[in-house]
Amino acid sequence: MTPDLTAVLLSRIQFAFTVSFHIIFPAFTIGLAAWLCVLEGLSQKTGLPVYRRLFEFWLKIFGVAFGLGVVSGIVMAFQFGSNWSELSRRSGPIQGPLLAYESFTAFAMEASFFGVLMFGRHRVPPLMYLGSAIMVALGTNLSSFWILVNNSWMQVPTGFTITADGIFVPTDWRSIILNNVVFVRVSHMILAAYVTTSFCVAATGAWHLLRGMHKAEARVMLRMGLGLAAVLVPIQLIFGHLVGDYVVKHQPSKIAAIEGRWHDEQPAGEVLFAWPDETTETNRFEIRLPAPIGSLIDSSSLTSKEIGIKSIPLEDRPPIAITFFAFRIMVGIGMLMLVLAWAGAFFAWTSGLEDRRRMLWPIFLSFPLGFLATLTGWITAEVGRQPWTIFGHLRTTEAATPTLQSAEVVISLLVFCSVYALIFVFGTIYIYRLLRAGPGAVALSPIGSPNPKRPMSVRGDTA
Amino acid sequence: MLEFWVGALALSLLLYVLLDGFDLGVGMLFPFAPDERSRRHLLASISPVWDGNETWLVVAATILFGAFPLIYSIAVSAFYLPVILMLLSLILRGVAFEFRYKAKPFMRRVWDMGFVGGSFVAPFVQGTLVGSFVVGLPIDGVHFVGGPFFWLHPLALACGVGMCIGNAMIAACWIIGKTTGDARAFGYRVLPGLAVALIIFLILALTISMSYKLQVLERWSQRPALMLLPVAALLAAVGMAWGWKTQRDHWMFPCGAVIFAAAFGTLAGSFLPYMVPFTITIEQAASPSSSLEFMFWGAGLIVMPLTLLYTAAVYFIFRGRVTDADGYGGEDAEDVQLTANSSTGASAVADEAQRG
Ligand code: HDD
Ligand code: HEM
Ligand code: HEM
Repeated sequence: MTPDLTAVLLSRIQFAFTVSFHIIFPAFTIGLAAWLCVLEGLSQKTGLPVYRRLFEFWLKIFGVAFGLGVVSGIVMAFQFGSNWSELSRRSGPIQGPLLAYESFTAFAMEASFFGVLMFGRHRVPPLMYLGSAIMVALGTNLSSFWILVNNSWMQVPTGFTITADGIFVPTDWRSIILNNVVFVRVSHMILAAYVTTSFCVAATGAWHLLRGMHKAEARVMLRMGLGLAAVLVPIQLIFGHLVGDYVVKHQPSKIAAIEGRWHDEQPAGEVLFAWPDETTETNRFEIRLPAPIGSLIDSSSLTSKEIGIKSIPLEDRPPIAITFFAFRIMVGIGMLMLVLAWAGAFFAWTSGLEDRRRMLWPIFLSFPLGFLATLTGWITAEVGRQPWTIFGHLRTTEAATPTLQSAEVVISLLVFCSVYALIFVFGTIYIYRLLRAGPGAVALSPIGSPNPKRPMSVRGDTA
Repeated sequence: MLEFWVGALALSLLLYVLLDGFDLGVGMLFPFAPDERSRRHLLASISPVWDGNETWLVVAATILFGAFPLIYSIAVSAFYLPVILMLLSLILRGVAFEFRYKAKPFMRRVWDMGFVGGSFVAPFVQGTLVGSFVVGLPIDGVHFVGGPFFWLHPLALACGVGMCIGNAMIAACWIIGKTTGDARAFGYRVLPGLAVALIIFLILALTISMSYKLQVLERWSQRPALMLLPVAALLAAVGMAWGWKTQRDHWMFPCGAVIFAAAFGTLAGSFLPYMVPFTITIEQAASPSSSLEFMFWGAGLIVMPLTLLYTAAVYFIFRGRVTDADGYGGEDAEDVQLTANSSTGASAVADEAQRG
């Protein structure tokens, strides 16, 4: 049975839409969970109320973002079966166990301790409360690890054989899980999440300073956010380069699209900007650096030959323009982040940022950068993988559910779009209100006192 | 190995229907609670645990995906529209927990509707899926070949209703043990009707499926030990009636749980070793042994027991009855009374954001 092509296209759109929606929340909560651990640790160690107030402030925001991450993630777990049933049936012996590990080691842990984190402060001793925060943070990181193992296997399949009836049977789990592709991609993703959160934290600090409110907390947020970003962004750029290395080695079609290179070149130049035109197979408005810069970037060599799109058979080419632009947006944001983080951190540690409104504004406005880079990064990776779902082995059209009819996908897609729009708009409004309100007063009852009658939030009490 | 994963799948499914069952059921009873304060208590009693409960659905789905990919791919794609419907219900319900107390009155009503609607639809769909499995899936070798609406079968839809009744019943048991005052009294009020309805439904379902699928009857004659399960359920029902009469609050939930487990066991026992009744067996559906073993040594042997352990720990931490200070918006409960004594709790939006 061959699947209905419209249904496949719609399924791709639906998967891309739902997963892009989902990734926005992990990008934020992975970092936020770690940030909460730091705040709670500092608060318990120093006893300074500023940390406790910051903790309670970010905890509420975390709650909303985590909730949205969980509900949108559950959708993802079922979409493998609903829209990509052939993929599940044939690669289930490999992808299924990886996802099962994720749900056991990560989801179950996150979800259970999330309850303790949100509601348990007065029911467990302080150290155990901190422990719950750490478990949630650990869970989010483990989850990223397993899902990236899974996705990396789809990008660079290893450690399996294919049986006569087309089933992918694992033969070497070690090579599936512990390989260099996984290592660099997990690092790139987790760093992306931490960087995203750092900028959100710093931006919130900048915003409050611009409004002249909550100054003590704002200063802490600004310094910690910028300081962390100043360290992590350069590391992220290095890992970005390493991720690029695996693409060069394993996915010629993707790297050619990323680079916007139509012909094989030896040594190769590097296209900085262009408008790739797939009908004429040329670049318009091209700005390029001369050879051997392209070879240097792709293969650390002065003479290497780099592949061009025209050497890839037509039916094996990914959409060029999307891959090309998504990659440039991500890298551009990376550079911008570097400038912002270093300049901001420099002023924060030397002359102080508080009165430099011209510096505070860009920092405030930087909050979407991490999300955009994360999204465009994933678009580069996934669109660039087309037309394969399992690179080199299973095409996207073969992966789809054979019986699916386009009418069914139209319905589900419309419903997802409207419900996600609704919850996204209101989720954003509620997070915005919480952020605008800033850290509130927290009555610091001696921590751990059993069930005090009014644990916190005494209005107007500026502790 | 295979036996282990069948057991693990059964256990996580049972935990899912039982645990998410009571919190979905609380959502169904929510609109019928006497006042905003009891509604708050109902919500507070499930707020810390609903997310963990729901995760058992993901755990079960991924075990199915990992150990029985054939079933996962057939079942989830065959039930495309109902699965999407269930996911949407779970989304609307899940966000309501976070959104409710941050919303202004109008939107709060919208989220409440999503919460209640989702709580009805999700178990209804789940029951329907179970029912359709019993009716039988049109399969040709390894592919599902039915149409998008094949599951619209009266028996399946009846199972959906049965699932809703079951969840509401177990929720009433939960409320009785977890709340005080009006909310607890409310639990006592609704429990008998629901319990009787459930028992009648279970008996009907059992007889219909026996007359409808003769193979089921055969299983029962081959496995007389299965008879113990309905007996256990009846005993639990008697226990529950006694507990209700003598007001033993902590006696109800365990009795309800036994009824759930017995119904679940009866169903499973009637079809084993088939996973899709009478077409695909466990053996045929299983992943290759290299997959099963890989899952067994880490996830099965080490992580699953740990998961059970901390699930239990979380229930232990949140033991005892809820008070006004628990749950979402709990910290605002008194603010509401302090600042808005002119209005009802519902309109005194706990818009924390306005503070500061
Ligand atoms: C790098 C991180 C990352 C990526 C690429 C994905 N996820 Fe995710 N997911 C998480 C990181 C995460 C998380 C941090 O663990 C979440 C998100 C926010 C959250 O609150 O937990 C989560 C939640 C989450 C849940 C709910 C867990 C629960 O019940 O608590 C499911 C079922 C999935 N995800 C499944 C998926 C699938 C099938 C994906 C790919 C197609 C996917 N996620 C991409
Ligand atoms: C790490 C976990 C992920 C897995 C296992 C995964 C898997 C998949 C699968 C199965 C498809 C559909 C089949 C196909 O079109 O090839 C797909 C497509 C897609 N995914 Fe991912 N994905 C993951 C993460 C992401 C993230 C986080 C994003 C974006 C934010 C993303 C963006 C896309 C896009 C844009 C497509 C559609 C590509 C196209 O059809 O042109 N993916 N991915
Ligand atoms: C010099 C800067 C950067 C370079 C050279 C770079 C390189 C790459 C490449 C080549 C990919 C595609 C990998 C694949 O196909 O699997 C990728 C993916 C990705 N990038 Fe970047 N990146 C850079 C900066 C950033 C920044 C600043 C962020 C976020 C803050 C980011 C987030 C991501 C994400 C989330 C993915 C998808 C996950 C993955 O495929 O590993 N990148 N990056």
